[in-house]
Amino acid sequence: MDITLLSSEIFIAILGLLTLVLGLALPKKAKDLVGIIAVWGLIFILIEAIFSFGIEASLFNGVYMIDSYGSFFKILFIISAILVIMSAADYLVRFENRKTEFYSFMIFALLGMVIMAAANELITLYIGLELMAVSFYILTAYLLNDELSAEAGLKYLILGAVSSAILLFGISLVYAISGTTVISEIILNISLQPLLVAGIILLIAGFAFKISLIPFHMWAPDIYQGAPTPVTAFLAVASKAAAFAAMLRVFVIGLPIASFDWNFILAILAAITMIVGNLVALKQTNVKRMLAYSSIAQAGYILVGLIAFNVYGLKGVLFYSMLYVFSNIGAFAVATSVEVVAGSTDIKAFNSLGKRSPFMAAIMTVCLLSLAGIPPLAGFVGKFYLFAGVIQAGYLWLAFIGLIMSMISVYYYLNVAKAMYIGESQDVTPIIPSFSAQLALWTCLAATILIGVYPAPLTNLVQSAVTLFL
Amino acid sequence: MSILDLVFIVTAGITILASIGVVTSKNILHSALFLVLSFLGVATIYFQLNAAFLGLVQIMIYAGAISVLIIFAIMLVMSEDINQSNLTHKKGSFIGVIVAGFFTFLVSISIVSTKFGAVFNNALENPVEDIAVMLMGDFVIAFEVAAILLLVAIVGAIIIAKGAD
Repeated sequence: MDITLLSSEIFIAILGLLTLVLGLALPKKAKDLVGIIAVWGLIFILIEAIFSFGIEASLFNGVYMIDSYGSFFKILFIISAILVIMSAADYLVRFENRKTEFYSFMIFALLGMVIMAAANELITLYIGLELMAVSFYILTAYLLNDELSAEAGLKYLILGAVSSAILLFGISLVYAISGTTVISEIILNISLQPLLVAGIILLIAGFAFKISLIPFHMWAPDIYQGAPTPVTAFLAVASKAAAFAAMLRVFVIGLPIASFDWNFILAILAAITMIVGNLVALKQTNVKRMLAYSSIAQAGYILVGLIAFNVYGLKGVLFYSMLYVFSNIGAFAVATSVEVVAGSTDIKAFNSLGKRSPFMAAIMTVCLLSLAGIPPLAGFVGKFYLFAGVIQAGYLWLAFIGLIMSMISVYYYLNVAKAMYIGESQDVTPIIPSFSAQLALWTCLAATILIGVYPAPLTNLVQSAVTLFL
Repeated sequence: MSILDLVFIVTAGITILASIGVVTSKNILHSALFLVLSFLGVATIYFQLNAAFLGLVQIMIYAGAISVLIIFAIMLVMSEDINQSNLTHKKGSFIGVIVAGFFTFLVSISIVSTKFGAVFNNALENPVEDIAVMLMGDFVIAFEVAAILLLVAIVGAIIIAKGAD
């Protein structure tokens, strides 16, 4: 076996251990170095992952796959980790003497996601998911002085453990029927039995928790609000993308609709998620909580692509996940910078941001409009793929709900823009984020606009990633 | 019904009752002791499935080491009245029982009405060796990632237990 095929995973693990050890070994003055090493290390791994895109190999008798699909998600996770760590630069003061461990937990969560996206076997997938979840339990409770953060961490731990148990039970039932945990072999060994149906429904419930579909979303708003803002960004973007990556592999390859027609269950879940997520977001007065509900609704849109179960829809899932990284992390990065200065993410804290920092207000507006799906921004192209796919598959009503809800969502996204440009505030001192946060913000802005105006490169990338399913 | 079925029903019943005891005991030490019983029950099921090695590991690690750790941890941090240390929410527990009962009912129906094709009852000649080969062979990624998972859990537990300064 060629060990270099696993180089990204090995490098990520080494980088995580390195930051952990350096955090202990370096003297206090030199600890800022750890963050720089973490970011440069991740950039190095990103370049390595981009260069190895397109390599296809099946390792350990099909337990672990190196393919374009997994590589696409690897690149996505690494990009979001880099952006989140860079945009968190000003926020880190709040972590006091736990700054360096913050990088380690982020990197280990990243390792879990990478394993999830590439695992072609349910136990390996589960272990990756647990590594990601445990890292997030700790990161959520990372503001030890903040009661909201501690409560969010405990809630996430308990609910996360329940959802893991449900997922594991689903896995065991599928194993009981098929006699294998290798995803691509499951379909060869199953027939439609009541136990298989129970197993698939439990798997859906387990994954639905991770991507916070309604009615499995109860944890999301509290935890998104309580967690440190950069962690919320990583949780809302990367952990969802990881769950989608694993879900697509399990449901498209292992348990396709030929085995049991789970499409309708997911269609109903997606419809409820889009409707309730958007309607509840309308009433929110805290930007972080609003973004939490918006990300619930976004999960509903992305799920539409899986329901479509055709090339368009599946491409849409990957495409949307990638642009969602830039738009959502951009919005969260602005929220982070505002929170550092104002101390809260209440919508009032955003008043007259247009004067205090025109650059950040512009980025927030562009990112939110992209999430709402306004052309020519990236979100429009993504939604176009998703809904085109689902219409092709015959679910016209689902596309209809999605479109109406996207229109409604413009209201609460623009509410933030209204506060930023029209809202009055006594405090008009300019907000200047640190250099690395600015760099992350510029990247998000550039990517959100570029993908919208010129989507061809990303489309080609996505096209080669979904060949796995064809 | 053969004698083996009877043994299974008795041990499975004890395991389930012990698990219910873990949840319902008001004294958290009793919960921990019920947990030991439930671990032992699971171990006997492993033995009946011809997985003697797993059964032994279950007894040594879970019923032996982990439960001792749990009991030690309780003894060390316990300061209030131990009889009131594991209380449940009245209203919540009522709904919980209904939901759990319904869930169990649905899953049991699906299990009973399923026709299982192949029966996996091939006792391995050398299970320890086979498990070792699997762990360091096909499942080596899961094995290594589990090690990192434990590291993350330990470091995280220290950070959270240490608290803010």
